[in-house]
Amino acid sequence: MRINTLFYTLRQGFRNIFRNKWFTLASIATIGACLFLFGLFYAIVVNFQHIVKNAEQGVSVTVFFDAGLEDTRIQEIGEMIARRTEVSNVHFVSADEAWQSFKQDYLGEYADGFTENPLANSANYQIYLSDVSMQSALVTYLESIPGVRRVNRSEITATTLTGVNALVAYVSVGIIAILLAVSIFLISNTIMIGISVRKEEINIMKYIGATDFFVRSPFVIEGMLIGLIGAAIPLGIIYVLYNVVMEYILERFSMLTRLLSFLSVEEIFSVLLPVSLGIGVGIGFLGSISTVRKHLRV
Amino acid sequence: MVIKVGEKRGNRRGERTSASGKGRRRRTASESNEIITLTDVSKAYSTGAPALKDVNLRINKGEFVFIVGDSGSGKSTLIKLLLRELTITSGYINVMGYDLSKIKHRKIPKFRRNIGIVFQDFRLLKDRNVYENVAFAQRIIQKSNKEIKKNVPSILAIVGLAGKYKAKPKQLSGGEQQRVALARALVNEPTVLLADEPTGNLDPKNSWEIMKLLEQINENGTTVLVVTHNREIVNAMQKRVVTLKKGVIVSDEEKGGYIDED
Repeated sequence: MRINTLFYTLRQGFRNIFRNKWFTLASIATIGACLFLFGLFYAIVVNFQHIVKNAEQGVSVTVFFDAGLEDTRIQEIGEMIARRTEVSNVHFVSADEAWQSFKQDYLGEYADGFTENPLANSANYQIYLSDVSMQSALVTYLESIPGVRRVNRSEITATTLTGVNALVAYVSVGIIAILLAVSIFLISNTIMIGISVRKEEINIMKYIGATDFFVRSPFVIEGMLIGLIGAAIPLGIIYVLYNVVMEYILERFSMLTRLLSFLSVEEIFSVLLPVSLGIGVGIGFLGSISTVRKHLRV
Repeated sequence: MVIKVGEKRGNRRGERTSASGKGRRRRTASESNEIITLTDVSKAYSTGAPALKDVNLRINKGEFVFIVGDSGSGKSTLIKLLLRELTITSGYINVMGYDLSKIKHRKIPKFRRNIGIVFQDFRLLKDRNVYENVAFAQRIIQKSNKEIKKNVPSILAIVGLAGKYKAKPKQLSGGEQQRVALARALVNEPTVLLADEPTGNLDPKNSWEIMKLLEQINENGTTVLVVTHNREIVNAMQKRVVTLKKGVIVSDEEKGGYIDED
């Protein structure tokens, strides 16, 4: 292709955008609305998963030992536990540490009356899991280890988190798929209407001897530009909105901040930005190519 | 003045022939001087009666031919077949050395670039000015900007629109719009010019001017086919007249006239 022709094609693509203002606006609005919903939903789902993940990491199993068990055996048990794949972190809490923390949390100044550690047999391992759904398997294993007196765990927390996590994953995949399908349908419809209006123009080009490529190129450039703008606008809105909403939530519900930790807008955009732009440009590209093709058989 | 501009075009045509005319000459050599050949051509639409039936037509290079007939006679079908917008149902059709029943889809643009086409409804690109409408045909064949800047004003001068190159189609009269369409058809120096009812939407004065331009183009060597209803023009110009009726050629006369309907 001549440079001359390339520039002409690019120029026509840009001009088409202004030539068909209403069509351009309708397409940008459609793509923008779909990608806004997509972005919004993505931000919510990702944050939700992040919160659940955090909660999961806070779930621990506590292992107590038989009275008078030797320190070497306790250390051995610790190493055995650490080797398990579902375990992310093992923390040893000595009897003194357990007493200190109990005093701090519950007794305060009343603790002064105790001269000896009443929790002498409370040395334990706090075990954090990488995958909460493996909790019951781990507990069974721990209970079988000689020297282990008791295993404490919260069954309800673990099963709830596991269930919620799976539900969020299914629902988010489902909703994102539906949103994408609706977007593609709406956008290709809009493009189709826009191009039908210009059917005559395409016909004239073909009569004069334009190749399919020559006819199609400006439309494709136009479609990709519309997709790009249509993706950029909701991204900008989400970027601003996200920060505002996060600030509001953290300010208004300050007691929740220990429970809820949100992702930063940069973390959200590291995925959302390329995906949205890709979807916008991709839909513009495919939509214009497939709709122009229908009119090229002249 | 017109003749002077015509000479200029003659020179440009000469340049083109020496540069790229070789391939075409080789292709048409086997067809002697014939540029359009239809042998036993029939075209039937899926909906019903045949649009053309056993049409035999030979048109030589440099001829000026009127195709006449009332509506439904198959004139439009014939034009569409010659443009390869439609394919024949049976028979053989060859235009400028291209066997149109066998031509591949991707070769059609190249084939059409040798045909200038003018429609009754002008079919200009409404959002572009006169200059861009004509330049468009040159951009399709990937002419450089330099060549376009040279060729477009020269062809606009020939059709008498040099002063209106900036106007949009809707700012022009019907006659002027048809001149733009004619300029667009001619700027690539086609071998064949097809005009489908070129005067159908024009008053008598403008009709005559367009016909004179077509005659002049023909004198410069382009084969011209004009589909028309205009009895007065056909009778006055004394050219070859092919009359179609219900898809069949009923007469083909040198220096003929418009045959009245019974």
